Amino acid sequence: MPALSYDPQPFFKRGPTPLARFIFFSLLSLAMLFADGRYGYLENVRLGVAVVLGPFQRAAMLPGQAWDVMAAYFASQTRLSEENQQLRQQLLTQGAVVQSAQSLLQENLRLRGLLQAHVRAAGNDIMAEVLYLGRDPFSQKVYVNKGSANEVKAGQAVIDDAGVVGQVTRVFPAVSEVTLLTEKDHTIPVKVERNGVRTLLVGAGTGHAPELRFMSANADIKSGDVLVTSGLDGTYPPGLAVAVVAAVERDSGLMFARITCRPLAGVDRSDQVLIVAAPQAGLPPRPEEVADRELPKRPGKGRRGR
Amino acid sequence: MAIPSINLPPLSAARPEEILRPPKPWFVLLTLLAALLLNLLPWSGVWLALKPDFLALVLLYWCIQQPRLVGVGTAWSCGLLMDVGQGALFGQHALAYALLGFAAEYFHRRVLRFPLWQQAAHVAALLVCCMLLVLLVRVAGGAAPAEWSNFLGAISGALLWPLTSIVLQWPQRPPPSPGER
Repeated sequence: MPALSYDPQPFFKRGPTPLARFIFFSLLSLAMLFADGRYGYLENVRLGVAVVLGPFQRAAMLPGQAWDVMAAYFASQTRLSEENQQLRQQLLTQGAVVQSAQSLLQENLRLRGLLQAHVRAAGNDIMAEVLYLGRDPFSQKVYVNKGSANEVKAGQAVIDDAGVVGQVTRVFPAVSEVTLLTEKDHTIPVKVERNGVRTLLVGAGTGHAPELRFMSANADIKSGDVLVTSGLDGTYPPGLAVAVVAAVERDSGLMFARITCRPLAGVDRSDQVLIVAAPQAGLPPRPEEVADRELPKRPGKGRRGR
Repeated sequence: MAIPSINLPPLSAARPEEILRPPKPWFVLLTLLAALLLNLLPWSGVWLALKPDFLALVLLYWCIQQPRLVGVGTAWSCGLLMDVGQGALFGQHALAYALLGFAAEYFHRRVLRFPLWQQAAHVAALLVCCMLLVLLVRVAGGAAPAEWSNFLGAISGALLWPLTSIVLQWPQRPPPSPGER
């Protein structure tokens, strides 16, 4: 006996069935995922959609901004005067530092001139304000209020008053996306300020401290060491403070030490940031890549020093 | 002349046998845009964890209620907007929302027969599937796996379902006939 079908025969023409449409659109999404994730082909499309989405994003910011304005208006007088006092003291203490820094800068310039070393172009730094955090609880991103209209370029380093915050990863006309140094697998070449040991600081994702990977168990690193950018990548200017070593675990069973760090900058707190000009301009071009077989084996992605 | 407020339908769930008027396309578009705006609000901290995906919720409502007007294609385009809004990989929300649209179209005849709280259970399952799909794509793309707290959004979304459907179907309900009072 034939089973009763609950689906009525289509009476009106309705185009392809939902299943066909679902398969079509999911294949399209998968293709886009690959094109975007693997090859980065779709940045122009993203830019176009972002232009359409821009007014909505700004509109969504309005209630928060209105709240901030109200809060600032009603901020108590005492808090403001306290803050003023604090800022004055800071200004005094830092005035001395700035003056000595001026003379050091001059001296440095002269010495570098002597050495014909590369001088970092000063004055191209862009002050920016954090608009909002990424809406994505899985990734560590913030959006700042300067974009390609202000000549921000992808790849520039972003710092706050205490140290490196992250790196500009996408630039839209009026905003840009900054990936924080706590983002999983976000890598910054650093060196230990105390003894100049070079290494890489790798972010470990939301809620985990960034760590130094592939450091041999006997590396000369102690907890409390300050890490500064080494400038070897040509992306981050050398000498910016990045993090302080929080803990060093040496397990004789493992090849590498497990070193966790605490970022110095207010990575998830700072409102004002500085987008630093890339120091690339004066660097000589990279030498040609040597064929793979001549290179010593580097640790691949699959081997993690844990 | 009658006072217009007398003819307004009650602000409660429509009975299954009640015939709703077809929604205006601009109303559907407006609600979708409003949901997108809610999603784009700068949520943070606990609220971000608790935040339901408003756009998925409203999409689900229209896909169930009006499968011929809002379907897989609309859901997919909304997903693209979310991808750009979140700065995520292109296509992950699009894929998840397309699944949502398909599931809603598949279930729409059945779901509307249930009372609102049982509909909410269906919705919770669909939202969790949607989140799992996004998560799968992320983990395949090398992101850190999520914690259980990331699924709170699906639960809060399901809790908001009765409110969402009452609000969204209110303009479509016919004014009660005088005999019914």
